[in-house]
Amino acid sequence: MAEIRVHQLHKAFADFTAVKDSSFTVRDGEFFCLLGPSGCGKTTTLRMIAGLELPTSGQIFLGEEDVSFKRASARDIAFVFQMFALYPHMNVRRNIAFPLVSQGMLRSAIDAQVEEAARILRITHLLDKPVSGLSSGDRQRVALGRAIVRQPLAFLMDEPLGALDSEFREVMCHELRALHDRLNATTVYVTHDQMEAMAMADTIAIMNQGVIEQLGAPLEVYERPASVFVADFIGAPAMSFLPFEAALASGASAVQIGPAQIAVPALREDVSARALLCGVRPEHVRLDDASPLRAEVLGTEYLGASRIVTVGTAQGATLRAKVDVASGARRGDQVGLAFDAAAVSLFDLGSGRALRTARDDRPHTGHRRSGDGARHG
Amino acid sequence: MADLHLTGVAKRFGAIQAIDGLSLDIASGEFVVLLGPSGAGKTTTLRLVAGLETPDAGRIHIAGRDVTGLAPALRDVAFVFQQYSLYPHLSVYDNLAFPLRSPLHPTSEAEIRRKVHEVAQMLRIADKLQNPATRLSGGQMQRVAIGRALVRDPSLYLMDEPLSSLDAKLRNDLRLELKRIQQDLGATMLYVTHDQIEALTMASRVGVLEQGRLVQVGTPQQIYEEPVSSYVAARLGSPRINLIPRALVAGVPAPAAAVTVGARAEHLRLHRAGIDDTGRYRHARVKRIERLSDLHLVHVGLDDSDQELVTAAPPGASFEPGDAVQVELLRPLWFDADGLRITP
Repeated sequence: MAEIRVHQLHKAFADFTAVKDSSFTVRDGEFFCLLGPSGCGKTTTLRMIAGLELPTSGQIFLGEEDVSFKRASARDIAFVFQMFALYPHMNVRRNIAFPLVSQGMLRSAIDAQVEEAARILRITHLLDKPVSGLSSGDRQRVALGRAIVRQPLAFLMDEPLGALDSEFREVMCHELRALHDRLNATTVYVTHDQMEAMAMADTIAIMNQGVIEQLGAPLEVYERPASVFVADFIGAPAMSFLPFEAALASGASAVQIGPAQIAVPALREDVSARALLCGVRPEHVRLDDASPLRAEVLGTEYLGASRIVTVGTAQGATLRAKVDVASGARRGDQVGLAFDAAAVSLFDLGSGRALRTARDDRPHTGHRRSGDGARHG
Repeated sequence: MADLHLTGVAKRFGAIQAIDGLSLDIASGEFVVLLGPSGAGKTTTLRLVAGLETPDAGRIHIAGRDVTGLAPALRDVAFVFQQYSLYPHLSVYDNLAFPLRSPLHPTSEAEIRRKVHEVAQMLRIADKLQNPATRLSGGQMQRVAIGRALVRDPSLYLMDEPLSSLDAKLRNDLRLELKRIQQDLGATMLYVTHDQIEALTMASRVGVLEQGRLVQVGTPQQIYEEPVSSYVAARLGSPRINLIPRALVAGVPAPAAAVTVGARAEHLRLHRAGIDDTGRYRHARVKRIERLSDLHLVHVGLDDSDQELVTAAPPGASFEPGDAVQVELLRPLWFDADGLRITP
């Protein structure tokens, strides 16, 4: 296994820039997710690492080797696609063995490696079955088998679970992560599904329009989003935003939104008068009749272990609160809203950038904070 | 709006019994969601109600009228498909007006204009009426498709995973919107999905399908809290319910016939090892912490077994991989050898 280092990677197609000066390092054994909406450049980045696209400029290192302009076949990596292309006329064993057969490996060595891959994926009982009769999950396991059998330096996966239904996707997420924990293989995984990234990744790179907006552990990007885009993209239901205008001085610990004074983590920068957003996640919103911040309940959603209440303020903002299942809030109710002050995020509406506060006091370079030892997962 | 009754409906395709003796009564104004994995018979049920398939046995009544042998156009139902099929050469307005211009539903242009504007308002696409249908986002197109069903005031709405082709964020927004519209109209809705969140959040009642049979019908809370089988229990809840062989939790008192215990993540409480030595709290070791939003899932492996459990960590708890713990089952659900629920 090996580290992957991407240095100022840039890719332009005619007049469209797909990836802009991306730099990041995937540590040896790390599960790294490139996350973002369609068109953000995540798949292009992955394809450049794989050698399926060549960069316009920049460098890619696989271990110590500069592979930026090497052909895909000369890079010791395995690629798993969304549409698992299995050979329909071959059984499971021959499908998994195929990459080794094409390398000209000895038959006895192939058998041993196929058996080992099947054991890791728990599909030994399927080895002699035709692939045509397999469930979608088993087909995906076979596709993974074909990737791991080669024992490559790294795995690259392009939305491998995208075609599965939601229930099964969750099962496969756990399975993939457990597989990663067994193999400890350096993995770069592309998805547009933030749940997949949150569930599996050690580090997430959130991309938007060719740029990495934030790089960090799942909990870090969730709790301290660097921009409105990240805050809105991560979390389901998403963060709620209240627009307001203000000039704020460093040290301020409250903002005025309509009739309500809202406590926030102390500002760590001066902000001249401008349009701002107050962002708060559903679990940090409480229904509180005493609060002057009034809203009407637009609907409630039962989720088994909790209930989500969606409310609209008189100013037209929509917010969500995660409340106890037993909550009696009903559509049409007038309620007051209170926030957990320490968990509120503030953003500059114009640039989308998060303001520096006691909660989130770091330069927003789009890169992992140096000296941040708090790694999760 | 109307009520819908399916009585002993069966449908076979070749060797496959797609629907097997399905009976379901839906009251006027109810939002019923049929939930099940692919192949469970969800879409077939919907197509039978719409008249796109004919049942081999059983009767279907809409608003008291036996429609079993009736052509689809005569059933007064509106169908929204998973893939929005709009007329690409028509504007949003004309797409919405289309069902009202059918010879089956003679409507004046003034009335059409009123209906189209009303529905467009409701779906928040009023500013898009003059756009060509192709120049809309996916979410807007799906709203137009839903709008085309709404303009007609049918007795019954049938929806086949209408949100599944949309991205997660839009799906979240449209869920609530669809529920609001259904309530405002007092519409009777039969909606099929494989997405348990849609079922939990939108349905007045959920019907769970297993291989063509309706195995449980109830409110979302009933289905979540009192599943009749391990199959139903596994359909709802994220993370999925833990299903554990009874033998692995031998110290926990259980009904005699219990073979499996189901425990949702929020009903497993972790303690530091050593809190109890009566055997009721199973020993385990923390393997991995999954920090999903505010929910921290602690994956633990039971000692002396391959069994892994997913538990929801209480706020403020700080478990780390490798920690020795004991697991308390707060609300165990017991299942027998056939997977059926045993209530002690």
